[in-house]
Amino acid sequence: MEKTRNNRAWFMVLPVLALVAFSAVIPLMTVVNYAFNDTFGNNVFFWVGVEWFEEVLGSDRMWDALQRQLIFSAAVLAIEVPLGIAVALAMPKKGIWASVCLVLMALPLLIPWNVVGTIWQVFTRIDIGLLGSTLHQLGIDFNIGQNAGAAWATVIMMDVWHWTSLVVLLAYAGLQAIPDAYYQAAKIDQAGRWAVFRYVELPKLKGVLLIAILLRFMDSFMIYTEPFVVTGGGPGSTTTFLSIDLVKMALGQFDLGPAAAFSIMYFLVILLISWIFYTIMMNLDRQERPR
Amino acid sequence: MLELRGVSKTVLGKPHIHTTDLTFQSGTMNVLLGPTLSGKTTLMRLMAGLDEPTEGTIHAHGKDVTGVKVQDRKIAMVYQQFINYPNMTVYENIASPMRLMGKSKAEMDKAVRGTADMLRLTPMLDRKPLELSGGQQQRCALARALVKDSDLVLLDEPLANLDYKLREELREEIPKIFQESGAIFVYATTEPEEALLLGGNTATLWEGRITQFGPAPEVYRNPKDAVTARVYSDPPMNFAPCSKQGNSLSFGEGIEAPADGPFATLSDGQYQAGFRPNHLRLEARSASAVPFRCTLGIAEITGSETFLHLRHGQDNWVALIHVAHHFEPGSEIDLWLEPEHVYLFDADGALVQTAAYAAAA
Amino acid sequence: MARIELSDLAHSYLSRPRDEEDYALKTIDLAWDDGGAYALLGASGCGKSTLLNIISGLLVPTRGKVLFDGTDMTEAPTSARNIAQVFQFPVVYDTMSVRDNLAFPLRNRRMEADYIRERVAKVSRMIGMEDQLARKARGLTADEKQKISLGRGMVREDVNAILFDEPLTVIDPHMKWELRTQLRQLHDEFGHTMIYVTHDQTEAMTFADKVVVMHDGRVVQLGTPDELFERPGHTFVGYFIGSPGMNLLDAEIDGSNAIVAGHVIPLAGHYAKPDGRTKIGIRPEFVSFTDKGGIPVNVTRVEDVGRHRIVRAELAGTPLNAVLLEQAPMLADTSHVIFPPEQIGVFVDDWRVEPQSGGAA
Repeated sequence: MEKTRNNRAWFMVLPVLALVAFSAVIPLMTVVNYAFNDTFGNNVFFWVGVEWFEEVLGSDRMWDALQRQLIFSAAVLAIEVPLGIAVALAMPKKGIWASVCLVLMALPLLIPWNVVGTIWQVFTRIDIGLLGSTLHQLGIDFNIGQNAGAAWATVIMMDVWHWTSLVVLLAYAGLQAIPDAYYQAAKIDQAGRWAVFRYVELPKLKGVLLIAILLRFMDSFMIYTEPFVVTGGGPGSTTTFLSIDLVKMALGQFDLGPAAAFSIMYFLVILLISWIFYTIMMNLDRQERPR
Repeated sequence: MLELRGVSKTVLGKPHIHTTDLTFQSGTMNVLLGPTLSGKTTLMRLMAGLDEPTEGTIHAHGKDVTGVKVQDRKIAMVYQQFINYPNMTVYENIASPMRLMGKSKAEMDKAVRGTADMLRLTPMLDRKPLELSGGQQQRCALARALVKDSDLVLLDEPLANLDYKLREELREEIPKIFQESGAIFVYATTEPEEALLLGGNTATLWEGRITQFGPAPEVYRNPKDAVTARVYSDPPMNFAPCSKQGNSLSFGEGIEAPADGPFATLSDGQYQAGFRPNHLRLEARSASAVPFRCTLGIAEITGSETFLHLRHGQDNWVALIHVAHHFEPGSEIDLWLEPEHVYLFDADGALVQTAAYAAAA
Repeated sequence: MARIELSDLAHSYLSRPRDEEDYALKTIDLAWDDGGAYALLGASGCGKSTLLNIISGLLVPTRGKVLFDGTDMTEAPTSARNIAQVFQFPVVYDTMSVRDNLAFPLRNRRMEADYIRERVAKVSRMIGMEDQLARKARGLTADEKQKISLGRGMVREDVNAILFDEPLTVIDPHMKWELRTQLRQLHDEFGHTMIYVTHDQTEAMTFADKVVVMHDGRVVQLGTPDELFERPGHTFVGYFIGSPGMNLLDAEIDGSNAIVAGHVIPLAGHYAKPDGRTKIGIRPEFVSFTDKGGIPVNVTRVEDVGRHRIVRAELAGTPLNAVLLEQAPMLADTSHVIFPPEQIGVFVDDWRVEPQSGGAA
């Protein structure tokens, strides 16, 4: 259906446009500027074309970080999505306990990233941390400063702890929207628990799950604060993800040109993957529509 | 007066409304009758100014209002869903359009109480809409539409979500309300019986085209073509191939009727005979009645009437018998049709000869 | 298939109901014969959905028993009852093909593949969808989806009863006809016990052999459509069945006469002096106008509904409707009516009473 043309509405958008220009477009242009120029200070720039891009793409450093990043995102999604659905299914549907569960689920989402990082940093310390010292006393080497496996496990556990709730809340909302008649029909058909999930719940959850996956993918792909606080990217560079690497490059080494080129590619990768998700979602939507 | 001059609407290359000319006089009830997706809602949105026509212009009281926004015109709309403000009382709901117009308190109070009285809502004024029955909720929405004294009141299948009996009650009330208000009422429905009960004018719609417009009984009895006849008949009109040869009408298998009266002057040839289900009877009422031997699929009794679902040759027919009658499914039944109830249509479905009884009525 | 009995059934949604008002279902004793086609008819909130949920096992009644062929099923879960249900909104497994949808209940019961194939083929023929077995259920129209939910019930040979919960709500008006007729035909051919819940009298009357009319948590009458029409047992049945409903007039009974607003109306039999609020009821279809004698009325409006006319009148301030057939002559003087004595029902405190001698037809 066509919307009524009312051009006045555009004026309402102007302040937002100005704000976006200041907060996003201008800084972005600065980054673009750095990516194609070199400078020796004093605001003097030399055009270098795609040299910085070639340098970044040619070094192993970015490829390693990207690989770690993809593994991390995949692991986080593989754990959080099924776990989130399972928790949502187990939650009570109504009554006081439903509200209690919802509040409990929302709690981790309210904690700031750096606090989460600090909590887990402390939690896994082998001297005073509950998890770290317990494991240490059991004779398991769980020193995240030295053991790459322990560092990875911690970072993933932390993300799961922090963000599974989001998947739970989305899936729970999706489940609540399924009319009772579907469950009753399934009972009449004597469908087992698995069949109910497979043929009633999962198809109806498809939409919200795609959103959950998209959000979790983007967030995990851009993760910075938590692993930085917990591991600082180490031991070595085993938990140095893309954003940590970028910050190291830009602020640690002050390689502004390569860092700018890196940022732009980082941005494009996220855009590309999000676009793929978006396209899949739109296609599904078209199929949903009855003829 | 509301005029649609050469109005059409095309969305994404698909015509939703074909070029339409239509005039509604002030103080009339106009029913848009047609099946789902025939364009009733689209047409109403064009009239309201919610959408702009692709071509053509819309005039209210002689003034071109094409493109004038709905907020700037005196229009009220009532939908199939009961749309009220849930956190306001019925009184506040009815008062809301007047408050927006900045009327004085005294003026508002008078109008609200008057409208509430007309719609029998006075005892519920202090309640919230969700505490009311469906019928009362829809009355509240109707009151909101009527209170602001609109020029044009659009009702889009307002009774479709109500219980059968409530629908019957409101159907009886709406014409009364409308008589008191003096606005142009446009009412969309899928049910022929509703269109007839509401009276006024009927515009029959089929696939985005207005096939006929006129006083309800006139359109019902003298449809211009087979499509209109089908739309304005529930159960749908029955059709049978028929040929005219000299002074007789032949329905095949040796079934013939004298082609007298208005049929006498028709040229010889093939026609489609159309007749309404209630005109198929179990007994002949005149010497010229034509018998049809039909096979009964199923008989449905509604208490006072019986629907017979019949098969005659290649055609599926429905007969509506005026008493409760029990028949065995699968049995052969003789049904009689008086020639005065037969409409003749040509191969394109245009009316060639209206039924004699309708011409007399 | 089974005979279903409801014995001394009552249900309250409150955990500690105090008096009768707290009960959504007041005492109900009913038996549904094996293979019957029944309708549960009533307005929204009359308790019909509660009753359906008790039969399907979604609710355990506060009091009383549900028996299937004499076996107590009151507390048995839905899956143990071998019932099928078609809901208001079509419930299909979207991601499955039509074939898999139909096979689903049998696969869950671990039937042989050959048997499943044979049953699915048979049922898809019954519901007329054998050509669409490979299609995904997602893209089907509402009426096709409803047929699939019905098919999923019929595919099981052990099904005790098929319950319908207003199954035509989302179906296009022109498809309602077809689907309803098809349901009826399936019943006649395969003899399943069917229980159809609706607020629409036409749907109930045309579908069912026996209609159960519910009002305010009670069954007010169980009867064939003709019985409900001709001899309503309660004023609610008189009002609810028929369109317009029965005319009900406050009256005094004096032997074999009723006195309405000072006018003497002869009755068909001799009635005992009633004890309570007395009314006489007459169907609009039986009210006729006369030019000599009769009772004076004041005609307010005549509605031409095509196949008949509804004359709206008032008798001493009480509305009175009359239905005249399409071609029945309209008398010049339409101010006096007569009621045929054998068509008048007498109601005391809303329940029908029979005469001591003589007798209504």
